Amino acid sequence: MALRTEELMLNMGPQHPSTHGVLRLVVTLDGENVMDVQPDIGYLHSSVEKMMEHRTYVQNVALVDRGMDYLIALNNEQAYCLAVEQLAGIVTPERARYIRVIFDELNRIASHLVWLGTWAIDLGATTVFLWCFREREMILDLFEKVTGGRLHHVYYRLGGVYADLPEGWVEECGAFLDYFLTRVDEYETLLTKNPIFLARTKGVGTISRADAIAMGASGPVARASGVAYDVRKAAPYEVYDRMEFNVPVLTDGDCYARYLVRLTEMRESVRILRQALLNLPGGEIRARVPMTMKAPRGEIYVHTESPRGDLGIYLVSDGGETPYRVKIRAPSFSNLYALTEMMKGWKIADVIAILGSIDIVLSDVDR
Amino acid sequence: MNTLKTSTTMATGSATPAAAPTGPAGEPLPRRSQISPIADAVAIMDQIPGGGLILTTVEAALNWGRASSIWPLTFGLACCAIEMMAAYASRFDLDRMGIIPRATPRQADLIIVAGRATIRIAPIVRRLWEQMPELRYVISMGSCATCGGPFYYDNYSILKGIDQVIPVDVYVPGCPPRPEALIEGILKLQEKIKREPILRQQAAAALRGA
Repeated sequence: MALRTEELMLNMGPQHPSTHGVLRLVVTLDGENVMDVQPDIGYLHSSVEKMMEHRTYVQNVALVDRGMDYLIALNNEQAYCLAVEQLAGIVTPERARYIRVIFDELNRIASHLVWLGTWAIDLGATTVFLWCFREREMILDLFEKVTGGRLHHVYYRLGGVYADLPEGWVEECGAFLDYFLTRVDEYETLLTKNPIFLARTKGVGTISRADAIAMGASGPVARASGVAYDVRKAAPYEVYDRMEFNVPVLTDGDCYARYLVRLTEMRESVRILRQALLNLPGGEIRARVPMTMKAPRGEIYVHTESPRGDLGIYLVSDGGETPYRVKIRAPSFSNLYALTEMMKGWKIADVIAILGSIDIVLSDVDR
Repeated sequence: MNTLKTSTTMATGSATPAAAPTGPAGEPLPRRSQISPIADAVAIMDQIPGGGLILTTVEAALNWGRASSIWPLTFGLACCAIEMMAAYASRFDLDRMGIIPRATPRQADLIIVAGRATIRIAPIVRRLWEQMPELRYVISMGSCATCGGPFYYDNYSILKGIDQVIPVDVYVPGCPPRPEALIEGILKLQEKIKREPILRQQAAAALRGA
């Protein structure tokens, strides 16, 4: 006698400890096998693009901190300030550009640490979470000494940065980098050869190079699938063209490859930071930009490499004090497309591992 | 306390309208109301001399236990959730205050609304709150959950304060509040819990429901 089977629809989220925010996944199951996954987004839509049309160019710096991806406030400010500066033809002083690179990379490390900690906790490794947040607090201390904030800084200004580095900060940051490299090795002793971790990640949630490109994936997700693309190399902004660093590219396209890519990225960030700290020039930190600045009529698209991928800002100006239209190209949103392809055919237990591996932040998806 | 005593006897009387038992002097005797053991216990304690003192002591012991093991729901909405995670993690370590995050609302005493709530998520927050067992508390963490914060003006999608949906016990200001601020909010909530006359509240609630 044949057993009758039917597919089961399972709602995961919006309240779920492993969805990294308020994402709802509608999972169609055949037994334990995942047949289909449909992400349901919009639970954190903050209408930030619309709000930016009502605020001046200077005010908007505070808004991109919160409205866009909240883990990488400084990288958001970088993308936004770069767009306005290129549109208005503002030239940033040399020192400010180096400081920006330093803070971009520190924020990249902090963001990757949050990702590693929360993903490891999803996979059952609580210690990694505690260790990652231990180092993250040290980065936040470095931020606090300069910007005054832990998470939202409003540190970049149009044409530079708000304040100069305090005395002794450069040495302190250098000492932290030395310490941090030993800690990355320590994370690896917990995870990289851990049989449980390998069983849950190696070969799980694969996506091919062609699929990754077709879905618009970028950042570590694309680089783990063999797409050798990094905006810092492809279209260098600030002073990234003077930095020596490697872009880690793996071809496996599974969760484990995404993990290795991010770990290597943290080490490469340390390399960039060391060069930037060593070559940090003196001089002005901020060009003179009036508070009521007006951008000339026109439009511009600027993209930067955020920790999650290719973060772009499209800005249209009608010549006034506020942008006419802002469109944010969010990397998490495009990576979410790739999620369905990654999850099809895997077991229900792998859904958590795959979802965590693409490092999703819902504020970036919904905006 | 007096009003409670009257209401207790009234309720006992209404349960058996025919013959309320009386003492030698004709005063109504305390008896099992069949409504709620807590209501009965409170009624009996209130009538014996010094009973109120014992009741208060028992309440203090109960409240000390409740305040020292607040289990919050792991539910983060936006940026403040990152600071909430930092508060759970190594440096700030909420575990030492007996705060252990629970993944399901059925086991939680406290919901920390961390971050901006959209109009779309509001019914879900409300349902989570309804799913929590009684004697539940709400901390509104950050400006957005308190009043809409930086998303107050020119915005069509953010709820202007979570207290439009669920009652809030403690508001923690900040954008986002530092983990120290969240810990301060939790200490305030503990103070509030320790002041609550829970036995009398529960007895009154049981009698109201009867």
